[in-house]
Amino acid sequence: MLDAFIKKSQLKSPWLIHFDCGSCNGCDIEVLACLTPLYDIERFGIINVGNPKHADVLLVTGTVNHRNKKVLQKIYEQMPSPKVVVACGACGLTGGVFRESFNVVGGVDKVIPVDVYVPGCPSKPEAIIDGVVRGLGLLAERQQQAA
Amino acid sequence: MEAILLALAGLILAPLAGGLISGIDRKLTARFQGRVGPPIVQAFYDAAKLWGKETTVANPWITFCSWIYLVAAAASVVLFFLQSDLLFIFFVQAVGAVFLVIGALSVPSPYSQIGAQRELLQILAYEPLLILVIAGIYMTTGSFKIEAVFAYERPLLLELPLLFVVLGYALTIKLRKSPFDISGSHHAHQEIVRGVYTEYTGRNLALVEIAHWYETILILGFCALFWATNWIGIAILLLITYMLEIVVDNVSARLSWRWMLGSVWVGGLCLSAVNLAWVYFA
Repeated sequence: MLDAFIKKSQLKSPWLIHFDCGSCNGCDIEVLACLTPLYDIERFGIINVGNPKHADVLLVTGTVNHRNKKVLQKIYEQMPSPKVVVACGACGLTGGVFRESFNVVGGVDKVIPVDVYVPGCPSKPEAIIDGVVRGLGLLAERQQQAA
Repeated sequence: MEAILLALAGLILAPLAGGLISGIDRKLTARFQGRVGPPIVQAFYDAAKLWGKETTVANPWITFCSWIYLVAAAASVVLFFLQSDLLFIFFVQAVGAVFLVIGALSVPSPYSQIGAQRELLQILAYEPLLILVIAGIYMTTGSFKIEAVFAYERPLLLELPLLFVVLGYALTIKLRKSPFDISGSHHAHQEIVRGVYTEYTGRNLALVEIAHWYETILILGFCALFWATNWIGIAILLLITYMLEIVVDNVSARLSWRWMLGSVWVGGLCLSAVNLAWVYFA
């Protein structure tokens, strides 16, 4: 019974860490907009935390470059499993308009495994919330596979 | 037999009530801000999720400290339900509070270290206040036992109104609510990340959360002593106190630790002294 409740709780209380990997701040503004009364992600139990060790969902915006790919990797490694990675915006998905720049590695999935891709430039808050909720769906599927 | 039942009630019902209070708190806060807010049982989801996380600890001390924190908090609530000695209860909870700090200090993370130092300052601020409240209860009822408070024929609030204000002050500091959430805020984003909680992860954080529910109940229990003559009085007093607490939490910004210590030592100690003198000479 405790196991079932823990599994349910993993879907009901996703704590989110937001990492700006070199974004133009467009997506970041939309991510923070999700916290406002209009979108209110806390109704899904989502909290925006600042500590990767407490987080369940890693939300990455912006292109990855050679300087910050190590930081991204470290934040991912510091998160205890089960965890979900959501990449946000055109830059986070592929590198966007910056993809051919000399210092750009590309999308987030070049460095860490990404579970959900949220397109848009910037991504809409609705799309970001939808992405996180889909990530939780993936988590539920993985739970079933493990069982 | 009755003692065993009371102890079990303290052990099992108290954290359930504490978790619900925390959920209601978050819901009301969200409503104040024009949001829908999480479900009332969110605190239980959070704790269960944390329990199921992969364990990553910096060192074994932190696990040990979170268990001691939980055991001390639970023991103090059980002792309270058994109507034990107020001073004894106070020192048992103090052991837990100190172990939370030791756990945070055992890791070299700067956020955890600063959080722990600030938590020590918070302990330094609220402990004298709680001791003075207990001293006031002793001077009125003639005993440190909670039984004596329940046997006393008048509500203590009428004789110790200023000390009740002081207790409210101590409650805000102890529960780390704004304006005194300087060591570790419940709102996750602040300049020292999660302060004293930063290095408590997974299961350990779940234990710390549960201990926090116990502490909420303990502090509300202390408040309940001020209208111990009937249950309706207790309910109304607790409702008003906690509502005020939530409102203050929502309308105030965080203070610096200097302001906290200053206001406690000047305001809190003066109010206590006046009330104690009044009881002594009346």
